[in-house]
Amino acid sequence: MKLVSEFRQSELADGLVRSIHRHAAKEARFMEFCGGHTVSIMKSGLRQLLPPALTLTSGPGCPVCVTDNADLDKSIAIALLPEVIVASFGDMVRVPGSCSSLQEAKAAGADVRVVYSTLDALTLAKENPDKSVIFLGIGFETTAPTVAASILQAEQENLKNYYVLSLHKLCPPIIKALLDSGEVNLQGLICPGHVSAVIGSMPWEFVARDYGIPCVVSGFEPLDILQCIDMLARQVANGEAKVEIAYRRGVSREGNQTAIDIMERVFEPAPARWRGFGEVAQSGLRLRSEFARFDAELNFDFDPGPTVIPEGCLCGEVLRGVKSPQDCSLFRRVCIPAKPVGPCMVSAEGTCAAYYHYGEGDVR
Amino acid sequence: MPLTTIMVKVMSDKILLAHGSGGKLAHDMIRNSFLSALENPVLSQLDDSAVIEPVGRLAFTTDSYVVQPIFFPGGDIGKLAVCGTINDLAMVGATPHYLSLAFIIEEGLPVSDLEKVVHSIKETTAAAGVTVVTGDTKVVNRGTADRLFINTAGIGIVPAGVNISGHNAKPGDVLILSGTVGDHGIAVLSQREGINFSTELESDCAPLNALVREMLTASHNIHCLRDPTRGGLATTLNEIAEQSDVSIRIHEEKIPVREEVVSACEMLGLDPLYVANEGKLVAAVDPGDAEKILEKMKKHRYGRDAMIIGEVREENPRRVVMKTSLGTTRIIDMLVGEPLPRIC
Amino acid sequence: MCLAIPVRIKSINGTEAEVEIGGITRKTSLVLTPEARMGDYVLLHAGFAINIVDQKEAEETLAIFAEMSELMESE
Repeated sequence: MKLVSEFRQSELADGLVRSIHRHAAKEARFMEFCGGHTVSIMKSGLRQLLPPALTLTSGPGCPVCVTDNADLDKSIAIALLPEVIVASFGDMVRVPGSCSSLQEAKAAGADVRVVYSTLDALTLAKENPDKSVIFLGIGFETTAPTVAASILQAEQENLKNYYVLSLHKLCPPIIKALLDSGEVNLQGLICPGHVSAVIGSMPWEFVARDYGIPCVVSGFEPLDILQCIDMLARQVANGEAKVEIAYRRGVSREGNQTAIDIMERVFEPAPARWRGFGEVAQSGLRLRSEFARFDAELNFDFDPGPTVIPEGCLCGEVLRGVKSPQDCSLFRRVCIPAKPVGPCMVSAEGTCAAYYHYGEGDVR
Repeated sequence: MPLTTIMVKVMSDKILLAHGSGGKLAHDMIRNSFLSALENPVLSQLDDSAVIEPVGRLAFTTDSYVVQPIFFPGGDIGKLAVCGTINDLAMVGATPHYLSLAFIIEEGLPVSDLEKVVHSIKETTAAAGVTVVTGDTKVVNRGTADRLFINTAGIGIVPAGVNISGHNAKPGDVLILSGTVGDHGIAVLSQREGINFSTELESDCAPLNALVREMLTASHNIHCLRDPTRGGLATTLNEIAEQSDVSIRIHEEKIPVREEVVSACEMLGLDPLYVANEGKLVAAVDPGDAEKILEKMKKHRYGRDAMIIGEVREENPRRVVMKTSLGTTRIIDMLVGEPLPRIC
Repeated sequence: MCLAIPVRIKSINGTEAEVEIGGITRKTSLVLTPEARMGDYVLLHAGFAINIVDQKEAEETLAIFAEMSELMESE
């Protein structure tokens, strides 16, 4: 069975679209938390199929975009240390920090390697015993278990030169912070599909219970998102607020307990700084003390320098859902993917990048 | 047997700096590795320049090839260099005739690798009916040229009455794509270290001069031809839209993409529209002749999967839009950045 | 970053599986999904299977979409 193309069949979209139009009578704003959803929505021009009463707003679900400049600067400072190899997911390499980027550090002689998996970083550590390999731990609960697994493997194999700089973040706390700020008026939350594949749909129950906002966990294909929107519209029409799973083939209420256990064995919640939000309690992950020897923060001396936020950059507001890319005076004029001012324009899941690439013409 | 010959035999499994210095080793390499494969009356003169007598409007192109790795499924840097140059000439409707080849070889390249590449060049030029008339080799220190770089120039003759240019696309023109997109980029990527996926997919690297000749027998109302190499179909369509000051609309459902390319792109977060091709062309043709031209293309081995994918329009010039399979519209931008470095 | 795609397990060797999607094969770690079996579909993310795909649910979801399309047509 082709689990991708089947969920893109246009013939199956009609029924969903008509159902959405039937159920979305009142004005409603839904937020897609996850950057992957933003991209899918923009790429498929989904907004053009929705009734005028429905508005979709992007949220802070891009782990690269919400990494603030101070943390980016840390990564760059580490990369410039001697005898260090920094292994990173591709997205991070072009993101601008206060005054540089990993790509620029690489051009200046830093050893920065793009990897697809933490397993590649482990291989790098084994192949370069005389260097320290530091993996940049970026990502939410989808990715954190894979990084945790790599640390457990490093421990098992007695690797002495593998480290992780944990910049991992957790989704439910930031949703809470967003809702508590009162800045965005939401009638529905499109919950992240792959984060939920790991943590389950249970962690979203507080949103429905305490804030009265309908939640539906969505997959990433256009039909998946249409189904999710339909389910949210129905809840709104019926005056309900509960957590439902549209992405039933990938997500259960309890999630993947093995992955959760591995993540919790290695990491513990800690305060974290989010671009646009400042510090949010218990919203990040740090290595537990028994894994201190793998923690790059504790084992290396580095100076990230003063943090500078570029003037005019609205990434923070875009991430909070209060502004959209076109509201930014730099969008398209100064800030373009080739010369990004902020991470939202360069990350593969950045809202500004999605609007730039796929056209802002259809946005309401 | 002279001592120098013995020394060459003992050391000759790898290219050395001395091979590029113009002395005996260089002469031997040229004779053994190049001439023996590419033998033709002009090249064998071994003069400083080739003297040729082309008649007619000349098309003249140059290119450099730095693909990594140099061997990939479906081809190698040699085949790529020949096809790429031939295709540049074919895209202005020219019949390609003469090629130059300049090699920059990294010290330490196995001679067997060099000979494989030259053999590939021999086969490709023979099949396409072009001749390598002049060449050059340099050898550089280890680490200063990733195994092998090739620079080419190509000369062709444009037949009378043929006027094909990126500036000539007109509103109303039909856009025909000669086959599946993304094959080359993904095939090359599958060989890169650290990417770690395997596939039977091969590069589509191919010379398109014969296909173009067939298309011209159907009609001379071919306004524009382009081969979507680096940057993929999306970038090429944007270039045409800009050069001709028109807009372009394509239809997602009409664009042929192999399942392996779709899957690899899903896995890596790439879009097939932006992945390089080395054996495909897109044509903007007069609507009245589109079906005729398409029929001819489908009868040729490099046009079997040809499809009409869209049209050229007047409103919103310089914009490329796509009608998605859901019936919505989205902009197709030019490629930004370099997600797939060193594909060509 | 939340890029995860469904792939089919072709073979398993300890905690490593060879997986396949549409003609592309690669290795993946099953450390996070030790209960996965040959023939199962899993969500592949950054070299790891992060969850098993429930094929029955997938079929049911597609059936719902089809039903909705027919229902809507007949209205």
